[in-house]
Amino acid sequence: MRDVAVIGIGMTSFGELWETPLRSLWAEAALAALDNAGIDSVDLVTIGCMSSGLFTGQEHLASLLADELGMAGVPATRVESACASGGLAVRAGFAEVASGLCDTVLVTGVEKMTDVDGADATYALGTAADAEWEGFHGVTFPGLYAMLARIHMQKYGTTREQLARVAVKNHANGLLNPHAQYHLKVTVQDVVNSTLVADPLCLLDCSPVTDGAAALVLTTAERAREIAGDKPVVVITGSGMATDTVTLANRADLAELGAVKLAGERAYAMARRKPEDIHLVEVHDCFTIAEIMATEALGFFNPGFGGSAVEKGLTSLQGKIPVNTSGGLKSKGHPVGATGVAQVVEIVSQLRGEAGQRQVQGAKIGMAQNMGGSGGSSVVHILEVV
Amino acid sequence: MFSPARAWREYPQRYRLEAAKCTECSKILYPPRLVCPACGGRTFTPEILPREGKVVTFTVIRVPPAGFTEQTPLPLALVELANGVRLMVQIGDVENPETLEIGMPVRLEFRRISWDGEAGVIFYGHKAVRAGS
Repeated sequence: MRDVAVIGIGMTSFGELWETPLRSLWAEAALAALDNAGIDSVDLVTIGCMSSGLFTGQEHLASLLADELGMAGVPATRVESACASGGLAVRAGFAEVASGLCDTVLVTGVEKMTDVDGADATYALGTAADAEWEGFHGVTFPGLYAMLARIHMQKYGTTREQLARVAVKNHANGLLNPHAQYHLKVTVQDVVNSTLVADPLCLLDCSPVTDGAAALVLTTAERAREIAGDKPVVVITGSGMATDTVTLANRADLAELGAVKLAGERAYAMARRKPEDIHLVEVHDCFTIAEIMATEALGFFNPGFGGSAVEKGLTSLQGKIPVNTSGGLKSKGHPVGATGVAQVVEIVSQLRGEAGQRQVQGAKIGMAQNMGGSGGSSVVHILEVV
Repeated sequence: MFSPARAWREYPQRYRLEAAKCTECSKILYPPRLVCPACGGRTFTPEILPREGKVVTFTVIRVPPAGFTEQTPLPLALVELANGVRLMVQIGDVENPETLEIGMPVRLEFRRISWDGEAGVIFYGHKAVRAGS
């Protein structure tokens, strides 16, 4: 396998971008990444998008978007793994470069979610659950994570306040990210007093509905070094993916995110790294409970200690392992197909030392963990400055 | 998706709680599959699910998806039946959501689950209600 480097990053601001269609969001991020890399042609485009059909009525996205960039003729592939579609697009591009099938790949993720109303957006997101055996009964994503939260709280004593502290931390980080959807300081009281969405989760436990896109340019580490000169090169040293049962009914242990654990183990093995080596991590905090469970599944904390870790500040910007320096899905926003790519954009910014006010000093090794559905899939990448 | 064909083909599971028992390892699959995820077995005998069980975890949906806006707040539970099979169901007859709890004994009852407007398909299935109620 060839070593794969990230030579370009780009993203739109995240938010309710009513004036901008999907194709323009996507092109803005793609052009930013190509400009950042200093190139104008690629061998392949990969696109992570969960449900352009339900959100905008548009499928056949790969060809549509390649053409939007004036690249008709270039191979393009759309991949889908619900909210892990972006991470899977990164992995698809990584595999192409690593294998030698392609030398340079434009990896992208996009979701345009605000062309439908709240009930239809909730329905579209809900299709990441088992439509026939969960969705049929009216369950929503907040509902599924609420059920997981209740199990975690009962088994480990995770508290309502600990959940809230995830939101407080991520909103504090989001204040320092100019691309974030919300620049809003929230308190524990704000979170626990916000509207109930699915007991015990409140509105401020949930990531928002967001429009946005993000993009990377991947190439061989060898070519990256030629282009970079004396600048640092960021290499993807580990890539892991795993599935789990989509239905919670068939899940072996509801207090653990099995796919995250497996994907993490695979990424650690490829990179020859362990949790103590990682300097910062972007995890898939679609709900506050998800961040707590992800940090446990990735081995940063023992099972049941994710909640107290947040409370002690271990995951804050100055903590032992900063989690979601970008603001996470919670504050930065969660355009589902774009999220997995945007996580890698944040890690590369940090490893390059370009993260501004939220820079983690001395960050050399970072991780991005993206998740589909209620943990039915997960993609984990480890990136390092070499 | 409000599809009449889908509603029709799911009658055996929705209306009669028909499951499949693996002839190799006795695992009970609901809904039935072509291959047993536990042992790889491919032969099954029909099995009707018991109606008694308990709540494994639950929530109350306050922000519903399209199709359920008239049924909010909507209590939902993951229920484990007496034979170990777990399934996602609505909880019926809940006057006060504060009384719901993990471990609560429930019984499955045949109920209307959702409906497609005034002239569309009415979907029936099972809801869990507090046992003894």
